[in-house]
Amino acid sequence: MRTSRATRTTRSRRAVVLVTTVLSATALLATGCSSSGSGSSEAADPNEKITLTVGDFGTFGFKEAGLFDAYTALHPNITIKENTTTQEADYWTAVQTHLAAGSGLDDVQALEVGRIALATSDALSGSFQDLSKAPGIKKDDYLPWKWQQGTTASGKTIGLGTDVGPMAVCYRQDLFQAAGLPTDPAAVSALWAGDWAKYVEVGQQFQAKAPKGTFFMDSATGLFNATVSSSTEQYYKNGKLNYKDSASVKTAWDLAMKADAAGSSQGLKEFDPTWQTAFTQSTFATTICPSWQQANIEKYSGPANAGKWNVAQAPAAGNWGGSFLAVPSSGKHVAAAQDLVAWLSAPEQQAKVFQKVGNIPSNQNAYSLPGVTDFKNPYIGPNAPTGQIFSTAAKAIKPAETGPKAGDLQNAFSNGILLVEQNGKSAGDAWNETVKQIDSTIQ
Amino acid sequence: MATSITARGSDPGSATPDRPHPVPPKDERRQAWRSRLYRWDTKGSPYAFVSPFFLVFAAFGLFPLIYTGWLSLHQVSLYNVDQAKWVGLKNYTDLFTGPPSHFFWNALGNTFTLGILSTVPQLMIAIGLAHLLNYKLRGSSFFRTALLAPYATSVAAATLVFALIFSPESGMANWFLGLFGVDPVAWEAGEWTSQLAISLIVTWRWTGYNALIFLAAMQAVPGDLYEAAALDGASRWKQFLHVTVPALRPTILFTVVVSTIGATQLFGEPFLFGGQSGHQGGTAHQYETLGVFMYDQGFRNSMLGRASAVAWTMFALLLLIGLVNALIARRLRKSQ
Repeated sequence: MRTSRATRTTRSRRAVVLVTTVLSATALLATGCSSSGSGSSEAADPNEKITLTVGDFGTFGFKEAGLFDAYTALHPNITIKENTTTQEADYWTAVQTHLAAGSGLDDVQALEVGRIALATSDALSGSFQDLSKAPGIKKDDYLPWKWQQGTTASGKTIGLGTDVGPMAVCYRQDLFQAAGLPTDPAAVSALWAGDWAKYVEVGQQFQAKAPKGTFFMDSATGLFNATVSSSTEQYYKNGKLNYKDSASVKTAWDLAMKADAAGSSQGLKEFDPTWQTAFTQSTFATTICPSWQQANIEKYSGPANAGKWNVAQAPAAGNWGGSFLAVPSSGKHVAAAQDLVAWLSAPEQQAKVFQKVGNIPSNQNAYSLPGVTDFKNPYIGPNAPTGQIFSTAAKAIKPAETGPKAGDLQNAFSNGILLVEQNGKSAGDAWNETVKQIDSTIQ
Repeated sequence: MATSITARGSDPGSATPDRPHPVPPKDERRQAWRSRLYRWDTKGSPYAFVSPFFLVFAAFGLFPLIYTGWLSLHQVSLYNVDQAKWVGLKNYTDLFTGPPSHFFWNALGNTFTLGILSTVPQLMIAIGLAHLLNYKLRGSSFFRTALLAPYATSVAAATLVFALIFSPESGMANWFLGLFGVDPVAWEAGEWTSQLAISLIVTWRWTGYNALIFLAAMQAVPGDLYEAAALDGASRWKQFLHVTVPALRPTILFTVVVSTIGATQLFGEPFLFGGQSGHQGGTAHQYETLGVFMYDQGFRNSMLGRASAVAWTMFALLLLIGLVNALIARRLRKSQ
């Protein structure tokens, strides 16, 4: 009696322990984390010592151009802390988690163009300040299509344009020369002027005489994005998701497949470490070059490859990327943050960022400042009319309809192309897989 | 105290009925109160002592669990959690047969294969290492500490180092294979190669931990069993098979359960191993586990309802595993 009872208790206790272990393990798994935040109102004292945090991704160039230091010199009571994430997708994941929790946001949050339609939608726009009413911000300063993108249907401007992403093509003059292609920017631009299909053809010519171990392009995903971005019809039509029947998506996909089949793409995963090291190892001759890409090229190619890169006009003008600055309403220092945003977006500051890292201003007044249109990048084709190439492209961009899922779709298609380039799937399988993936994310 | 009360309580029984009670009623009441307090103390205190765990568990374990269950029956966007739309079991049926089912079953399969690939070698190596460490060795405490070092390494650090080792261009793994004339392998892109690489990370991190648990259990095996076996002419190997392993059965069961739970929840290694496409377990979802799938649905596609449904499915899966384990444990005990 005594023993059997003892066994029973141990057994049931074990069962309890087991169930609790399982429960707590699962609970841990199911629990998201949330951080505490405070939303106390702003102190009235203008000289109070405060710290403004700026959350951004990639290379915004504020710090590089010394703008934070300049601002803190003007406002000694303000300290600026920049929280940078390399990958925009990782950055956005964190931002949307913070938005959902209503806390943990920085005083200023950068938003990428692929996310702006979502940020201006009813679901999220309530979390941000209306910047059109903030002191020192004028609508007419900005490229009209850029201003429009950051504005909600009800006319509230939550995102102020920092840069736009007019595209060019950056190329390695040494590899072009080795493959018997012209090296002068004007001549290179003429090779493919007007049509991305010509770019793919030049790729085949290059590949026929390419130095051993080199490829014409880094990745066909860049080509895909460039082709879609330079079209007026992209992933949305009349307010609805429309990618299966979108002409540009179809053309872009086919071109990417053609480039891959011709062996002119190295098939790298853009922005991954292998892609970064490929710059150092000089294994590809061209990369799609939205203005912000110049900073990456210099960073990853390194001093050893100085003077080897050059820049040419893209076959068709398009916008890839570009960002906005937004001020979350949950911040502690909303007014101070708005002042900072207004100052950072002013023409003089945008021009400085452009000269330092090559981000093309969205503030039109910056174009007339010296050092923008006549700008030459000392690292990329010191003699190429870089400022000219990008500002021409910026003016030629036609606005295209976008929507909340545009960024996700771009990622899904990039992934689909990688299925062919890295995982050995056929073009048809990869397309089906991509459609399946996109459809599974629509509810 | 208790005995004195019983003694006194038994007293009146023996006394004559008309005799007044020897103890004043007020005193008795106090005694009764104190004895009740005492009883409550002995019965209740243990509960009070363990209650912090259960309170914390209720707040951080049970509540999220139930809330997740509630969310799983709704269509909820990550952005507006308070605007949930009731959809019944749709999230579950979607997972099993709807648009995301392809990815769900794939993730379930990957979780299973990754679980086998990492758990089985891990436990076998661990038991072997424990057996070796159980011999009298010089510097045994050094080896024991060294075994635990991988366990103390963070997932992120370990995974990033392994991602470098398995990098296709300049990784050590391909360099090593190259010594034998093997062509470079695209570890991350391949289905089996990526899963092997990830299992290796898991195995590397957890083998030492399991080895220490086995070692502790081995040291509890009475030495005379080995002496008796040796007298009967059993070799070291036979001793291991017929003395050590049977004695370790409960421990083996424990490590199997813990590793299985760990394998079901595998997230950090595949997530970080994939770099850019880690959030979906590789370009072709080739090493997407249920944990990664849940993250992707909830935090990339902002579909919290579906992510919650995945969480509950995983919970059900773990309960099932727990049940199977309990049944095996019972059989083992009966057979002993």
